[in-house]
Amino acid sequence: MSTPIVVEQLTKRFGKFEAVKDVSFTAPGGAITALLGPSGSGKSTVLRMIAGLETPNDGHIRMGDVELTAKSVQERRVGFVFQHFALFRHMTVADNVAFGLAVRKQPKDVKNQRVEELLELVQLAPFAKRYPDQLSGGQRQRVALARALAPRPDVLLLDEPFGALDAKVRQDLRHWLDGLHRELGVTSLLVTHDQEEALELANQIVVMHEGRVEQVGSPAEIYDDPATPFVAGFVGSANVLHGEVRDGHVHLGSVRVAGAAHLADGAPATAFVRPHDVRVRQKGGQANERDGDFTATIERIASLGWLARLTLRLADGHTLVAHVPQEELDGAKEGDTVTLDLRNPKAFLREVHGADPDEVDADAEIDVPPSDRATAGTA
Amino acid sequence: MSAYPQTAEPAHTTDLPGTGRRRLVRAGIVTLCFLYVGVLLLLPLIGIVWTALEAGLDKIVETFQRPDVQHAFFLTAVITAITLVVTTFFGVITAWVLVRQRFPGKSLLNALVDLPFALSPVTVGLACAILFGLGGWLYEFFDARGIKILFAVPSMVLVTIFICIPFTIREVVPVLQEIGKDEEDAARTLGASILQTWRKVTMPNIRWGLLYGVALTTARSIGEIGAVLIVSGLIKGKTETATLFIFTAIEERQTTEAYIVAITLAAVSIVLLVTIEAARRRIEGRKVRT
Repeated sequence: MSTPIVVEQLTKRFGKFEAVKDVSFTAPGGAITALLGPSGSGKSTVLRMIAGLETPNDGHIRMGDVELTAKSVQERRVGFVFQHFALFRHMTVADNVAFGLAVRKQPKDVKNQRVEELLELVQLAPFAKRYPDQLSGGQRQRVALARALAPRPDVLLLDEPFGALDAKVRQDLRHWLDGLHRELGVTSLLVTHDQEEALELANQIVVMHEGRVEQVGSPAEIYDDPATPFVAGFVGSANVLHGEVRDGHVHLGSVRVAGAAHLADGAPATAFVRPHDVRVRQKGGQANERDGDFTATIERIASLGWLARLTLRLADGHTLVAHVPQEELDGAKEGDTVTLDLRNPKAFLREVHGADPDEVDADAEIDVPPSDRATAGTA
Repeated sequence: MSAYPQTAEPAHTTDLPGTGRRRLVRAGIVTLCFLYVGVLLLLPLIGIVWTALEAGLDKIVETFQRPDVQHAFFLTAVITAITLVVTTFFGVITAWVLVRQRFPGKSLLNALVDLPFALSPVTVGLACAILFGLGGWLYEFFDARGIKILFAVPSMVLVTIFICIPFTIREVVPVLQEIGKDEEDAARTLGASILQTWRKVTMPNIRWGLLYGVALTTARSIGEIGAVLIVSGLIKGKTETATLFIFTAIEERQTTEAYIVAITLAAVSIVLLVTIEAARRRIEGRKVRT
C-alpha cells in the first residue's frame, strides 16, 4: 500500500493554452503530498492526468515501477475524491461504496463485507440505505472517500476535497483524514489552494504556479525557506517590501538588508517578511543602537489573544504588519514609536532584461546571513 | 422602549401610491394568460371532442372498423416507432458529444440540430421530394436498385425523423450539462469501462430528460402532416397516415370520421405525457422518502 508516484516532465495543452508545463516531482509512498497553488495553476490538471482523466501532451507518469501514461483510467487503480463529491445520486450510500467492486465483478459476500467495513471506517454505517441528497456535505465527502478506498487503490488522489464544505466541517474532516491516513498509509496526493491545509496535512508540498513547479519540499522548508518570491508570497502571510540594490545592500525603503555585494547597483529587489518575524526590540526610537534595528510608529494594535497584530508605519511611509507576543509590546500604545528588527528577511533580486522593464526574467535569491540582518538607514 | 430612533414609520404597503394599480395590472396579466391558453388551446379541443362524441358510439365503432382508418393508424404507428428508435439512439449520442466533447465545428453542429425547428415542414417535404424525385440527386441510385423512396413509406419516415431530431437532443443536453462530468469520471476511476459508465451512471441520470424527449418525439411524430403530405403522394390505403386521413376526410366532407381520428391521436399524446409525468413524480417521490 505504499507505491510512490513519479511524475516526469508532464506537459498539458488545452488548445493554445499551456496548463501544465514540464512538471516533475515524486510523491513518496505512504505519504501525503500536497499540490498547492492558486486556481489556474494547473494542479488539478496534474492530478487528473495521474488518474488518466486527461491525457498529457508530453511526459511520463509512473506508479512504483509501472508506467501509467498509456494505461486507461480503469486500469490505473487510483482512488479519486472530487471537490463536489460526485456521488452517484441515484444510488444508495451502500451502492455508491460498492460500485468499484461491482464493476470489477466481485462476489456478493466479498462486496457486502467490504462495504460494511468501509462504512464502519468512515462512521456512516447507519446511513447505508440513504441517498446522497439526504446527507450533509461532510457525510457525502466521507462516502466519497469510502467509495474511492473500497477497491483498495494503490494511491489516493484528492482534488480539493474540502473545498465545498464550510469552515467548521472542513476543519473536522481534515483532522479525521489525517488520522485515517495514519491508519491506512496509502500514498495520497492532495490538491488544494489552501496553504493551511497543505501545511497541516502534507508530508511534502509541491507548490505550483502558472503550470510550473515552484518548489518541492517539506512544509517547514516551504514555509521557512521559500525558493521563489511566489512561494514566499503565497505560503503564509508576508509583508512585501520593494527596493533596489545599492552599495552591496538591498535597500527597501528605510529598511536595509545586507548581503548583495556581488550585485550591481540599481537592480530591483523584493523582500518578504513574515509578520511573526518582526521583533519589537524596545519602546521608543533609539535606532542605530545596534546594527539591524530600525524604527516605526504603531498605527494600530489589534489583540489576537496572547498575540498582538501591529500595523506599523515605517519612516519612509510604507506599512508593515507584525505579529508580536503581548509582553514584547511592553505597554507600547498606538502612536508610540518602537525600535524593531527582522528575524528572517527573505530578499529576492529581480533581474530586468530587454526593453520591457516590467518583464521579470530570473529571480536570484539573496541569502541573508543571520549575523548580518536588516540594517536601519534613512533612504 | 425601542432602542431605535423613532424616525422609520412601519410600512403600509397598501397605502403606497400605485400599489392598487400594480395589483390590477398583475390580475390583468394573469387573466390574459388564462384566456390565451383557454381560448386558443382548450376551446378547439372541446369542440373536437364534442363533435366526435355527438355522432354516437355506433359511428365511432364503424369508423374504427374501416380498413383505410386501420391502415392509417398502423402506418402512423410504424413511422413513429422507427422515428423513435432512430432519434433516441442518435439523439442521446449527439447530446453527449455536444455536452462532453470539445471539437472544431461544435457550434455548427449545435446550430444544425435546431434547424428542423426553424424550417417549415413543407420545406422539409419539398427538399425530400427534390432529392428523391424523378431527376433528383439520389433518384437514379435507388431507382436502379428498385427501391421506391418518394411517394412511399421510406420518404415519410425520413421526413418525420428529420423533423423530430431536435426533441431528444434538446431535452437531454441540459440534463447532461446539469449533472456534469464528475460522476462519469468517478465511475471511470472506480474501474468502470466506458460502457459500464454509460449504463450505470449516465443513463440513470438522464432517463427523465430522455423520456420527455421520447414523449415529445412521439407526439410530434404522430401529429406530423406538412412534410409527410408532400412526400406521401396520398395513396389511399398505402401512404395515408392518420393525420393524412384526417386531411383527406375533411376534403371529402367526412367531418365526423376526421374528428374521431383526430381525437384519438390527441388522446394518445395526452395520455403519453400524463403517464410520464405521473411516473416521474412517483419514482422521485419514493426516492426522497427515507
